[in-house]
Amino acid sequence: MGMCATPRPVIEVSGIRKTYGATVAVSEVSFEVGEGEIFGLIGPNGAGKTTTMECVEGVRRPDRGEISILGLDPFRDVYQLQNRIGVQLQQAQLQKRIKVWEAVDLWASLYTKTVDADRLLEQLGLSGKRNAWFMNLSGGQKQRLFIALALINDPEVVFLDELTTGLDPQARRAIWELVRGIRDRGKTVFMTTHLMEEAERLCDRVAIIEHGRIIEIGTPEDLVRRHCPERTVLLATDHTLAEERLRTILTIETVTRRDSQFTLEGKGDDFVTEVIQCLSENRIRVTNFRTELPNLEDVFLKLTGHSIRD
Amino acid sequence: MFRGLWKLTWLETKIFMREPMGAVGSIIVPVLVFLGVGRLMGTQIAASSVAAAGFLRVGLPVFATVLIALNGVLSLVTIISIYREGGILRRLRATPLRPQTILTAHVLVKLALTLATMALMVAAGKRYYPINVDAPVFGFAMALLISTWSILSIGFLIASIVPTARFAQPIGGAILYPMLGFCGLFVPLESLPPKLHAVARMLPLTYAVSLMQGIWKGEAWSLHIGDIAVLVLIFAICTALSAKVFRWE
Repeated sequence: MGMCATPRPVIEVSGIRKTYGATVAVSEVSFEVGEGEIFGLIGPNGAGKTTTMECVEGVRRPDRGEISILGLDPFRDVYQLQNRIGVQLQQAQLQKRIKVWEAVDLWASLYTKTVDADRLLEQLGLSGKRNAWFMNLSGGQKQRLFIALALINDPEVVFLDELTTGLDPQARRAIWELVRGIRDRGKTVFMTTHLMEEAERLCDRVAIIEHGRIIEIGTPEDLVRRHCPERTVLLATDHTLAEERLRTILTIETVTRRDSQFTLEGKGDDFVTEVIQCLSENRIRVTNFRTELPNLEDVFLKLTGHSIRD
Repeated sequence: MFRGLWKLTWLETKIFMREPMGAVGSIIVPVLVFLGVGRLMGTQIAASSVAAAGFLRVGLPVFATVLIALNGVLSLVTIISIYREGGILRRLRATPLRPQTILTAHVLVKLALTLATMALMVAAGKRYYPINVDAPVFGFAMALLISTWSILSIGFLIASIVPTARFAQPIGGAILYPMLGFCGLFVPLESLPPKLHAVARMLPLTYAVSLMQGIWKGEAWSLHIGDIAVLVLIFAICTALSAKVFRWE
């Protein structure tokens, strides 16, 4: 229980393991998801994200371990659970010639509680596509329809698996907005992604999973602070004594100079402040000043020794 | 338990009708072929041979019906496997829908289509068929319903396990079509050698054909209690098995 522990967990997973034949898909996976947060399971393809998520959804049964979601056992109470959650699956399809409104209408008939279908389609920008066949929708429209289907029963927990894979940046940003909207309405969101930028911009907390094991959990900022204290400052100055002065900063590690361009590397949260202080005390006039902070991508590289795209 | 069944059934009917070959291929073509063969044989052979006339009176109508039913079964197997392969079943799984509901909806669609084709055939047959057939239409419809329901449950079972859409049609065909040869439509069961007779008695289709042929000829239902019992038993076994072995992906 660290500083990130949330008051009331809606999902509790402890020590689950799932094997397919000789392949261990997930092992010793434990985490909690708090009410009203966006929790992201991040890692490369094949790391065990989808398997973990499907175990929590009740679609797959783990070989070992305990899962509790909304106080239910996902496997034993699967139909009761499915009434209260919304699910968007990776690589799902619908009937080619089903119309958008028909899909939403069918889904609505399956749940005890539903939201207004027309309003939902409107919110997702699909009003104009009500009568379009599924096969004639663009990738982004299909994805938005799947989000609509995941939200039709006013779910308490929404599962989003690789939500924006295959979408262009513009559609991706629009979908991110939607997901934030879901959280702002008090829902809990459990998502997976292999896009670090997506995790960083969207998730309140993330768990990094690799080779079926969770190797780190925390807020994106917290993970960056803990694992990547390196800070980089890039600045440009013509001041003749700049290099000499900058080297006196305590937390500085390297200073690289190319003509008037300096690259300063140091560690810790105070590093940038100290650079600024040094510049100001010595009245060093700079024509450019930029910081480079590590991100989740760097955290992943540090923890696993390889890039997430490898 | 069957929440969403009617909506899904209606939806699947509409979706099937939207297929390019949906309505035409499953309703119009069989009726045309039936009438075509009937006319061809009717004008050329009917008068010359008693056996041919008998075939035209009972054999061909029942044969056409069985083919339509088998067509429905194969179509069911294919659709379910396409749904499985395309991830549609995966998506449906993550809802309160149950596999039995999905399969039942498709069975109902196929039943309705089979009956519609049958009705069209009777209507067209009355006008254009070369030989006047006086069959109990309502009774035959009932026999057809029971038979199709039972054969569809075999399709149900095949559909539950066939791995990919590419295999669905051949596997389904390999299981179903050989049954046609020994079901008593072409060669009377009694004239088969004992071994083949035993084989024929193992095949579900034999009982369906016996029931439909009998009712078509105007025999009493009481003569076919055995056929009905076997067909119901097949339905029960296949449904129970398919619920156990159903694969979502």
